[in-house]
Amino acid sequence: MELNSKCPTGAIETRWDRHRFNLKLVNPANKRKYTVLVVGSGLAGGSAAATLAELGYNVHCFCFQDSPRRAHSIAAQGGINAAKNYHNDGDSVYRLFYDTVKGGDFRARESNVYRLANISLNIIDQCVAQGVPFAREYSGYLDNRSFGGAQVSRTFYARGQTGQQLLLGAYQALEHQVGKGTVQMHARTEMLDLIVVDGRARGIVSRNLITGKVETWFGDAVVLGTGGYGNVFFLSTNAKGCNTTAIWRAHRRGALFANPCFTQIHPTCIPVSGDYQSKLTLMSESLRNDGRVWVPLKGGDKRTPSQIPENERDYFLERKYPSFGNLVPRDVASRNAKMVCDEGRGVGETGLSVYLDFRDAIQRLGAPVIKERYGNLFDMYNRITGEDPYNEPMRIYPAIHYTMGGLWVDYNLMSNLPGLYVIGEANFSDHGANRLGASALMQGLADGYFVLPNTIGDYLASNKLDKLDDSHTAVKQAVANVQDITKRLLNANGKRTVDSFHRELGKIMWDYCGMARNEQGLKKALNEIPALREEFWKSVKVLGSGEELNQSLEKAGRVADFFELAELMCRDALDRNESCGGHFREEYQTPEGEAARDDEHYSYAAAWEYQGPGKSPVLHKEPLSFDYVHPAQRSYK
Amino acid sequence: MRIVLHVWRQRSASDAGKMVRYEVPNVNHEMSFLEMLDVLNEDLITKGEDPVAFDHDCREGICGMCGCMVNGVAHGPLPGTTLCQLHMRHFKNGDELYLEPWRAKAFPVIKDLVVDRGAFDRIIASGGYVSVSTGSAPDGNAILVPKESSDRAMDAAACIGCGACVAQCPNAAAALFTGAKIAHLGLLPQGQPEREQRAIAMVAQAKQELFGSCTNIGECEAVCPKEIKLEVIARMNKDFIRASLRTR
Repeated sequence: MELNSKCPTGAIETRWDRHRFNLKLVNPANKRKYTVLVVGSGLAGGSAAATLAELGYNVHCFCFQDSPRRAHSIAAQGGINAAKNYHNDGDSVYRLFYDTVKGGDFRARESNVYRLANISLNIIDQCVAQGVPFAREYSGYLDNRSFGGAQVSRTFYARGQTGQQLLLGAYQALEHQVGKGTVQMHARTEMLDLIVVDGRARGIVSRNLITGKVETWFGDAVVLGTGGYGNVFFLSTNAKGCNTTAIWRAHRRGALFANPCFTQIHPTCIPVSGDYQSKLTLMSESLRNDGRVWVPLKGGDKRTPSQIPENERDYFLERKYPSFGNLVPRDVASRNAKMVCDEGRGVGETGLSVYLDFRDAIQRLGAPVIKERYGNLFDMYNRITGEDPYNEPMRIYPAIHYTMGGLWVDYNLMSNLPGLYVIGEANFSDHGANRLGASALMQGLADGYFVLPNTIGDYLASNKLDKLDDSHTAVKQAVANVQDITKRLLNANGKRTVDSFHRELGKIMWDYCGMARNEQGLKKALNEIPALREEFWKSVKVLGSGEELNQSLEKAGRVADFFELAELMCRDALDRNESCGGHFREEYQTPEGEAARDDEHYSYAAAWEYQGPGKSPVLHKEPLSFDYVHPAQRSYK
Repeated sequence: MRIVLHVWRQRSASDAGKMVRYEVPNVNHEMSFLEMLDVLNEDLITKGEDPVAFDHDCREGICGMCGCMVNGVAHGPLPGTTLCQLHMRHFKNGDELYLEPWRAKAFPVIKDLVVDRGAFDRIIASGGYVSVSTGSAPDGNAILVPKESSDRAMDAAACIGCGACVAQCPNAAAALFTGAKIAHLGLLPQGQPEREQRAIAMVAQAKQELFGSCTNIGECEAVCPKEIKLEVIARMNKDFIRASLRTR
């Protein structure tokens, strides 16, 4: 299979403009004759559905939550990047492009990243016009703050709830169209299969989560904005419902899955407190501006932090990275925390956390200043742990946060299946092997508001599709597949709950395909996962029926897909014999213990093709070329 | 510690429903409230009993999906806190807790603690937006917003649409929810052109959804996990009255 990225060539500054000019347009009067199905209602899906409807298309939008406003984009805290250069501090579209390519450890497409940086300007304008209450200066102008991986202030924010406010902006635009009847919203509806006719994506099979009814929906194109798959690890900062089912079932129908092993681990999360733990909560990385990270010098030290004198503490980030100190990038901070815990020097009941200490900052600046800067985060920490970070250090540990991998798409955001578009975190295209802070919101909205609505018209205008109904063999087959999965889950009638399997799978993934990976561990995981999957299908216990609200059944279907995805992630991690960004292979590191890339052999996107249950997937490579930002080793010493 | 739960069990919208008693023997202080329900459900499934259905998603207090009445208080006893952010250290051994779904005509029960809040979406669809099509916006800094307006708009925009205000209100009014959106957009320059039309449409929609009328009791403000102030209802009433007088 030849992977054609359709990336334009020539001067990078004008690639998107020239490409857009060459796209075919759909006449305004004809747009209403086309139907587009949008799955997912987060920043990407919600903004796409609203914009497509504004343009005049018929849109159906689907989400599994009770309202499109619940999508997990809502939980993003920090902000959204845009190269406005409002601060005259040397920012530019080119610099945002440069930072993003470098931050992604040279594993993203230059064309896509430049377009993203360029569109960042329009996003802020659009969101302001919608009434998103961004933080303001006293003059009434927009305020900015700085964020990791950048030396300029380009992050726009709405308190600690930027994701919420941007999502509500998109949600309101979407509801506006729902009110006009141009979008039909289907909440509590989960996509369970993709309908592919003559090689083209033509519809989806869904399950109504309240009645259990399996339904078919047809359209001229299908758009997946269904988010990332971090919940394969069971514990992550994702919402409980986040899942891989939509993109995985599209993968099973032929869509390639790219770079599945690229996962981001966030260093500052509240640590696990017990076996009952259901999710992990992120604390903004801005805390590392004033907090000092340390563990006791000796392992097994059970004294309280205040009893440990200064000379028996190891401020390991400051010691190892004197110039960046506590502000090293996410991947470096995470790996070092894991290292000291593996040495037996971790703190807390489980030994799986490190201190983030504000004592010195409070002494230097006073508690009121710290409260003003981080008050809401301290309160949140206190609410969850019952501990007071003003008087004792916080305890933090890394957690799975974001997945850079996803379905392969070309420059038009179309997968290798014609008519199937993939946007936001669900695709693989813009962040390479590591995403910079405040860039996820930017990409979701760029795809949904500005890229997809432009590119989809080219496909619709170029193809005349036959009418489709339930009698088509491909449709019948997809419906039968969905009903069969439900039946098998309900009939297994075993002894173990879905969650118990999910936890066990998550532990395998965290141990062998988490922060640090090696050949031996990955091979072990590739033995254990299929065995556990087999046991799952034999002995999972799902009560009730398929004709009612059945939350166990919903979860079971998602976990079944996580099993298959987990295997592909390990395979991809094993195949990539280098370290880059979030993918750290212990065998491939510099003498100082940093990630060692192998540009000669691995400068490509790995796109995997599904071959059937239990069969090895086939790898296709999309070579990456860098005309503007030249690959270099990252160093933070 | 041991917690005794009395949980509203209702198989479907048409079922009558009843309270059922459960004991959760090994509750850890560090657990969140929803994690305690997870433990209960794992136990029920293992015993072959139908687990308790409850809505939840982000579990960090921002998506607005979770919530039920705990001993008659929406989201439980801790102020400014969603159910998912309530932890068991605030309870003691032997506590008896009565869990019920949001009760309001406009929020029909779907199953157990799960209700249908689609009415909230329809209120937003009736006018809770600024009509600006993608691509037509001027530069972000072309619209100046005084910091105070922006901060107050943000206070109102913090609403997570969970429905606790309706559940706690003796009239089952949606005034705090509707007022929060009207205040958020009405405080900003971007929201001015449609301000009057918005207030009329959203208030009418809330009425049509069979929410009750506001009689200034204030229970909504007391349980709001985002601590939205009653002031937003005053803003809504002001906008509504002004719009009613001026609309022909």
